[in-house]
Amino acid sequence: MALLTVSDIKKSFGASEVLKGISFTLEKGEVLSIIGSSGSGKTTLLRCLNFLETADSGKICVNDEVLFDAEALQNKRSNRVKSNDLRKKRLHFGLVFQGFNLFPHYNVLTNVTLAARLLAKESFKQECASIKSSYKGDRKQIKRQIQLAKERILNGIDSNAKALLEKVGLADRCDAYPCQLSGGQCQRVAIARALALSPDILCFDEPTSALDPELTGEVLNVIKGLKSSDRTMIIVTHEMDFAKNVSDKVIFMADGIIEEAGTPRQIFDEPKSPKLQAFLQHES
Amino acid sequence: MTAANILSSISFLQVTAELLQGFGVTCLLFILTLVLALPLGLLICLGSMSKIKPLKWLLRTIIWIIRGTPLMLQIIVVFFVPGLLFHYPMSSRFTAVTVAFVINYACYFSEIYRGGIESISKGQYEAGQVLGMSKSQIFFRIILPQVFKRILAPMSNEVITLVKDTSLARVISVAEITLLSQDIVNAHAIIWPLFYAGVFYLIFNGLLTLLFRFAEKKLDYYKV
Repeated sequence: MALLTVSDIKKSFGASEVLKGISFTLEKGEVLSIIGSSGSGKTTLLRCLNFLETADSGKICVNDEVLFDAEALQNKRSNRVKSNDLRKKRLHFGLVFQGFNLFPHYNVLTNVTLAARLLAKESFKQECASIKSSYKGDRKQIKRQIQLAKERILNGIDSNAKALLEKVGLADRCDAYPCQLSGGQCQRVAIARALALSPDILCFDEPTSALDPELTGEVLNVIKGLKSSDRTMIIVTHEMDFAKNVSDKVIFMADGIIEEAGTPRQIFDEPKSPKLQAFLQHES
Repeated sequence: MTAANILSSISFLQVTAELLQGFGVTCLLFILTLVLALPLGLLICLGSMSKIKPLKWLLRTIIWIIRGTPLMLQIIVVFFVPGLLFHYPMSSRFTAVTVAFVINYACYFSEIYRGGIESISKGQYEAGQVLGMSKSQIFFRIILPQVFKRILAPMSNEVITLVKDTSLARVISVAEITLLSQDIVNAHAIIWPLFYAGVFYLIFNGLLTLLFRFAEKKLDYYKV
């Protein structure tokens, strides 16, 4: 059973059709690289998966749960997905941006913990209610228990964040602000931030394109280090060697369609379509 | 004894007491305007950027009118129109002047906020969205704190202008410091109380400048 099933995603901006029907599946623990020249729709596809764009048609399923179905939306006659629903669905995916998009006014640790803290705050109300009902009337106890629960949750979030920062090699920069970090370090913080909510699928949108060549290595190494049996990743990249080494599957996109898909060996060593052959020649 | 001698028989201390009283009114008007116009300006700003077209155009029209006409005229209008057109006279001159100031400054502030909000990159919203934050969480936790830093300089300009604009309250005889100093000048034929009143404004604005500089330094811990 595939973790992610994407079927026939189409998306147009005005008159230009950017995605002309994209379908693929991804198993748990697999790494998928999406390559292709600029303007082929790679980024738009990633943005559709993360609900930053709404696809015009098609279906997205994660773990058998239908996250997006353009037809069902049309039948409801409302293109508006309820925002709370949408927020929950988004949590299946994490996204690392090309331009990092760290929050400049928070330090590294807060950048990583903020979203988890806000989510915990929302679910905390229910916990408070259950504490209140189990310690009926005993105000002092209730106050103490709520305080304890709060500390437990916050400590959990903090230690999780610190472990992630350790993993990306920035454990000692918790108190730094993004402006004090190099581009490569910023991108590693962004990766830790995306991981903090443990998404089912982590997406990278050209994670090294905004970096100086000497900094791309550290980020690519971190991504490589994330590869494990239970972490599923989709990487849009222009780093061909990296795609070849790290991925289980590669998709080559051209003009809004999947021109060719296969294992890294099939794509890089035995390219069939002339477009892919030309692309690879150009890249190397 | 000449006439001039009789007229100038007011001591420095008496003038100081008089001006301090007026300065109290000036300060009260300043603080009330600031406290009310800052949040109101944010609301107007959000409304003027809203997707609801009628609301947006209504607010943009109001901003156009308020910014396009003199504040002095607005004070007079707020003071007289309720009584003359609706037979519901303003309860006090000070209220009228406060209402006029709050509306006027809220409109200016709203445009400053708008500039600040629009200067925040789309990526900041998207980063919040993919992290599952709600719209209000994104606005209050991500966008607004950054907006405050960016609008500090234009805000300090506007706030300093506000201190000086309070002198317009005298057009409907609110006893603020400029009106009182003018009264002393008229009554005693001496000119220095005018300069003395100027010193009050200067010192007040000097302090505000220091305060804004301090705030800027405080927010200097990060760069965008």
